[in-house]
Amino acid sequence: MSEKGKLAIYWAASCGGCEISILAINEKLLDVAGAFDIVFCPCIVDTKVRDVEKMPDASIDVCLFNGAIRTSEQEYMARLLRQKSKVLVAFGACAQEGGIPGQANLHNRQQIFETVYNTTPDGSGTPSTDNPQRHVPMPELRVNGFHLTLPVFYDTVRTLAQTVPVDYFLPGCPPEAPRIWEAIVAILEGKLPPAGAVIGPKTTCCDECPRTRGEKKIKKFRRIWEVNPDPDTCLLEQGLICCGPATRAGCGARCPQVNSPCIGCYGPNEGVEDQGARLVAALASVIDSSDPQEIERIIQEGIPDPVGMFYRFSLAGSLLRRAALVPDELRHELPRPRPAGAATARSAS
Amino acid sequence: MKGQRISIDPITRLEGHGKIDIFLNEQGDVAETFLQIPELRGFERFCVGRLAEDMPNLTSRICGVCPEAHHMASAKALDALLHVEPPPTARKLRELLYSIFFATDHTTHFYALAGPDFVMGPDAPKEQRNILGIIQKVGMEVAGKVLKMRRDGHDLIEMIGGRKVHPNWAVPGGVSRGITEEQRCIIEERGREAVEFARFSLELFHQVVLGNRDYVKLITSETYTHRTYNMGMVDSRNRVNFYDGLIRVVGPDGREHAKYHPRDYRDYVAERVEPWSYLKFPYLKKIGWKGLVDGEDSGLYKATPLSRLNAADGIATPLAQREYERMYDALGGKPVNHTLATHWARLIELLYAAERWVELATDPDITGKDYRVLPQATPDEGVGCVEAPRGTLTHHYWTDERGVLTRVNLIVGTTNNYAPISLSIKKAARDLIRRGTVVTEGLLNRIEMAFRAYDPCLGCATHYLPGRMPLSVTVRGPDGRVLQTIKRDGVS
Repeated sequence: MSEKGKLAIYWAASCGGCEISILAINEKLLDVAGAFDIVFCPCIVDTKVRDVEKMPDASIDVCLFNGAIRTSEQEYMARLLRQKSKVLVAFGACAQEGGIPGQANLHNRQQIFETVYNTTPDGSGTPSTDNPQRHVPMPELRVNGFHLTLPVFYDTVRTLAQTVPVDYFLPGCPPEAPRIWEAIVAILEGKLPPAGAVIGPKTTCCDECPRTRGEKKIKKFRRIWEVNPDPDTCLLEQGLICCGPATRAGCGARCPQVNSPCIGCYGPNEGVEDQGARLVAALASVIDSSDPQEIERIIQEGIPDPVGMFYRFSLAGSLLRRAALVPDELRHELPRPRPAGAATARSAS
Repeated sequence: MKGQRISIDPITRLEGHGKIDIFLNEQGDVAETFLQIPELRGFERFCVGRLAEDMPNLTSRICGVCPEAHHMASAKALDALLHVEPPPTARKLRELLYSIFFATDHTTHFYALAGPDFVMGPDAPKEQRNILGIIQKVGMEVAGKVLKMRRDGHDLIEMIGGRKVHPNWAVPGGVSRGITEEQRCIIEERGREAVEFARFSLELFHQVVLGNRDYVKLITSETYTHRTYNMGMVDSRNRVNFYDGLIRVVGPDGREHAKYHPRDYRDYVAERVEPWSYLKFPYLKKIGWKGLVDGEDSGLYKATPLSRLNAADGIATPLAQREYERMYDALGGKPVNHTLATHWARLIELLYAAERWVELATDPDITGKDYRVLPQATPDEGVGCVEAPRGTLTHHYWTDERGVLTRVNLIVGTTNNYAPISLSIKKAARDLIRRGTVVTEGLLNRIEMAFRAYDPCLGCATHYLPGRMPLSVTVRGPDGRVLQTIKRDGVS
């Protein structure tokens, strides 16, 4: 590039791990600094939101946006940065799929507040919370005459693409440093895939995994505390729920290499819309039975938390999106809940 | 409300993770200050229904800066939940990874964030008060050492735990994989380098800071002194430990207030809710919540590197013990209630972490094959606790008989310090803004220094990357009109 590009990096509902992973490109950070002016990044430069508001539209060349959209402030920032950026990248699992914070979509704001601030009548929330006045955070209030505000906490976690149009996705929790560098090189050299694509390999985690796969079928799924797995053979074939078959490659199968099953943080592999559904299909293929009742039993006993296991990082971005939001007064009229995997899709806020 | 409002943003994670409002009264004195945390993710709710064994992976996503702390606290909670005792090799491997993590994290904080105030001096031109300034003053070689230390730490964490960020390794009853002799040699070698690096860092601190009477005066000044309780984990001989032990709390006078098993935390700690922040305020239950005030009658406590040294009687490794004695000799004995001495304490902990790293890397058990036992008992309830770099970290889980979580309680590192950080900000603001004193660069720096000592990780993920913290102060009139804005650059 003859002239330096403009780069922005922002974080919404996330943990900071994406930033740490960016730092892990080490000395290549200097190349990034040579190619881009970092015009907005809360942890590095002193540009304020009001400065971004004053920038011309589409004046930022690339914005790497990590984190899910959980509050009104995060939604505002997503909209603002979309408007100001030519290329908006959903960076990491939370921005792409909702990530771990997206699991909150099995609940709503009221339920989360009740637990965290222990405001239930029976005190069944967090037991160390001392809240006799049953306070919950308020978007706007006066404290001894002083006016204070807080962002609104939404009922539903949304992905970046459910909030604004996104140009590219960089998967992973967090994206591994070499993949980050490859994406930056692709941006610098103008060799980006078609808009809307995931930047990364098109294969699955299994394709990167050094473990040997056979045709072994299983009669029982095992919890990780029930088995000390053999280090060389496929974890799924040892009965452990490994998300590898439904998860995009890119990390180098890091977890299986320390004898831990893949937890699915790289999201669905190419061409798959719903990671959980894909994983269910993969698991079905290793069950050693053709008897529907036996299959049902194997699943019931071995998979006590299907949503958490199949949609660990991808609930908010999946076809399910969230558990149904039902007003309390209607709850008693509902039929018994179906298995969690069958929750109705509906978005709030 | 008449008077003026001063808003400071961002403090750490800009507009989204922390905000300070300072209200002035009509005389121009500080009427009230608020540090608000405008974010919540709700882990304590959405982890309910999940499988217990998923928690080391789920909760490490609370904080990408200190995922190892959550990973370990969670694994220990699972040990308790499933009534299983990890074998010695497993326990030592966990502590080894944890010591590497501690050394890496403390290095980052000192050199990138806190160091500039001391090495360059709080009154140095702002252009020099950053890591580049340090490099200029003490040489390029130092920068190389800092970067190497960080990189080595993350590489070793990946080698042992699978990933640089968010390891997937600790399991109930141990760890998922041990280490080879070849790996052990590398770990030991890097550990010896880390000890030298820590000693070098302390020498630098002694030369630059303690060699200057003005710095010592600043550290011991009233503006940065809070007489609160101090919390930290100790071993069976009351020595500092990051991975395991009892929780000891000492009063502002240094006397023991409590010493308890982490599983009994609810008898000692409670968390106050205020409707103007998403973060709760922990305090000592037996003393009580008296608001944001210090002193023996107020339940506020700190859980920082300095608190850990105050709460202990010593350190178990020889070099760090010598530095421990040196600090208390220099600052007039125990306890030290000067917040800025936290930086010194952090370097002493860095040395301890590095020494412990070498001790564990040379332990004959460390390459053992017996790194995991499978639990046999039915899961019910378990508490796990470690010292995170930013404070005592507690995980508490309840499950049904299948190990599906039914209730979760978390008291996270920085959260412990929410009240004292707020107090520090209030005190600095009150000391510096009087009778409508024009807000200056000095105010920004002093308020910033007040809370930087805690290395706050608000929203539990807050760290700013190398360089100065960007700050701005807006002074508004009673009608909300902006009277004055003062800005200071981030990285120069």
